[in-house]
Amino acid sequence: MFFRENGQFKSTYRADMQLLPIAQDRYFVLALVAFAFFAVPLLVSDYLYLSIINPFLILTLAAIGLNLLVGYCGQISIGHAAFMAWGAYAAYNLVQRVPMLNFLVVLVLAGLVAALVGMFFGIPSLRIKGLYLAVATLAAQFFTDWIFARVKWFTNYSSSGSVSTAPVQIFGWTIGTPRDKYLFVLGVVIVFTLVARNLVRGHLGRAWMATRDMDVAAEVIGIRPVYAKLTAFGVSSFYCGVAGALWGFFHLGSWEPLAFNLNLSFDLLFMIIIGGMGSILGSYLGAAFIVALPIALNQIPEKLGVPLSTAMASNVEFMIFGSLIVLFLVLEPHGLARLWAIGKEKLRLWPFPH
Amino acid sequence: MNIPRYVPVAALSALLAAGLIAPLATGETAPGFWVEVLIGGLMTGVLYSLVALGFVLIFKASGVFNFAQGAMVLFAALAVARLAERMPVWAAVIGAVVIMIALAFAVERLVLRPLVNQDAVALLMATLGITFFLNGFGQSIWGSDIYEINLGIPREPMMVLGNVFEGGVLVNRDDIAAAITAVLLVGALAVFFRRTATGRALRAVADDHQAAQSIGIPLDRIWVIVWSVAGVVAIVGGVIWGGKLGVQFSISQVALKALPVVILGGFESVPGAIVGGLIIGVGEKMAEVFLAPPLIKAFDLAGGGIENWFAYVLALLFLLVRPEGLFGERRIDRV
Repeated sequence: MFFRENGQFKSTYRADMQLLPIAQDRYFVLALVAFAFFAVPLLVSDYLYLSIINPFLILTLAAIGLNLLVGYCGQISIGHAAFMAWGAYAAYNLVQRVPMLNFLVVLVLAGLVAALVGMFFGIPSLRIKGLYLAVATLAAQFFTDWIFARVKWFTNYSSSGSVSTAPVQIFGWTIGTPRDKYLFVLGVVIVFTLVARNLVRGHLGRAWMATRDMDVAAEVIGIRPVYAKLTAFGVSSFYCGVAGALWGFFHLGSWEPLAFNLNLSFDLLFMIIIGGMGSILGSYLGAAFIVALPIALNQIPEKLGVPLSTAMASNVEFMIFGSLIVLFLVLEPHGLARLWAIGKEKLRLWPFPH
Repeated sequence: MNIPRYVPVAALSALLAAGLIAPLATGETAPGFWVEVLIGGLMTGVLYSLVALGFVLIFKASGVFNFAQGAMVLFAALAVARLAERMPVWAAVIGAVVIMIALAFAVERLVLRPLVNQDAVALLMATLGITFFLNGFGQSIWGSDIYEINLGIPREPMMVLGNVFEGGVLVNRDDIAAAITAVLLVGALAVFFRRTATGRALRAVADDHQAAQSIGIPLDRIWVIVWSVAGVVAIVGGVIWGGKLGVQFSISQVALKALPVVILGGFESVPGAIVGGLIIGVGEKMAEVFLAPPLIKAFDLAGGGIENWFAYVLALLFLLVRPEGLFGERRIDRV
């Protein structure tokens, strides 16, 4: 009812091509951003920031990165936490070794390091695809795990192999409290979301999607597969690298060598399957879901008076994740984002569906 | 620049062979120790082969890249270990067979049938879901501690070849039993595939789904059968593995090594799974024992552990020079 776009005519190309062409969408997103920046800091406790909101935002960024590769370019990766690790350790080393760098520059450089590594491990994708590529990305995962656990230079010769970070300062603003971290991460994520939205509807995103849908046809219409695939790996790893740096500095604070292991990679993959492959919104929904589910599993049985043991809770979590993956693949391969779109479509005609 | 296809393959093989011989050639390693490492590697390789075998069977028959094979091994091992607490081992194994067949039915009905005709990546992700479900389900019904499977094989190692090498070579009896079991299993599978009607139907399905269906082979039943066979292979792998190292969650992770094994051997090849497993097993053990110490010294590393990635990087190199694997069919999707 209220979601009717009657009477919104586009009279310029500019108006036709804007990111959110429907006025209601635009107002909704603006209101949401305003809410996130101004209302959330007034309402939310530190616990919520630390356990839900900050991890959610950072993992969203990583999920967007993975989605660019898997959802938009059709190249599977089950080792994307490795690129988060490269970003995190690159940022750590830059902060340690070149202390005068602004943290924003550090973030970009960390992303670039991850992008380089990602493109390196993406080289096999030029020759192989699908299942074979999965193993190549697994190689990236295990090799990365090993290198950060064993090569002492990366951890600055710390005796336990784990690294810790000091609070970040940007232009005199010390990002120490959970709320400051939230605001900074929120800013970064919004910027990167805008970039991703624009990337995927532009020339590069179209090249990726063409490659995903049919690589031979894409080549015939003049898209170089080398270019499309390597840029997809590069951009995707860049996002994950930045997300990894944020994860290390703003969520973990200090972390051990195996903080970015295979399980995190699987979590990222589940986010985009459940959220929706080939959808930026899906990355948000999926990340929210995956972050919230374990916490809900801890809290709900307790509230109901049947507390689960930790082992049991993690087993139940495994089972729910597993069944959800299969369910979504069978029933709604485009994930939560598609459900959202269907809901919107229905709302448009409601209450007269014909 | 037109290098014949066999050149990089030959170069890589030569490199591997040189790496294998190098510790002996430098004369710093006692031959007896080298043989021990070799045998240790072969034994690990047998375990990888058994997991890889399950992969290959399912891939051949249904084109599904079964990521869940490792989880199936863990599940089967847990089932045998916990059932064996209440009944003799042989009864526990039979119980596990029944459970794995039930699992095959469930997978076919709930996962494969609704996803028929989806692309391979979607199926891969579905098996990832099965993996997680099985891990959680297995541990919630069977428990998540470390369990033992006692097969009644004496533990103390045997001394063999005492007259060839100084000091002889130590071999575990359960390793020998494992190797024999693996050989028997592969033989039985070969007979099954070549001589029985069901086996022929399976091979027909593997060759061409549509043609097989058009001559009246029921695809869904074939899938149940092949997942059951893979389940039985998983039991064998799980029992051997569990008997050696104890049944624990890490089995499901280590079983991921079967992925590089099938890449090396070829996705559709049973002998490939065996040979690939042995190469990977020997390769990573040799690398860990003989290559890691000089690496640690040269780069001042905080310990070895290169066996964690050696298999994957080897598979990666192999993908670049020979993507179809050693024995695979040259039907790979080239880009």
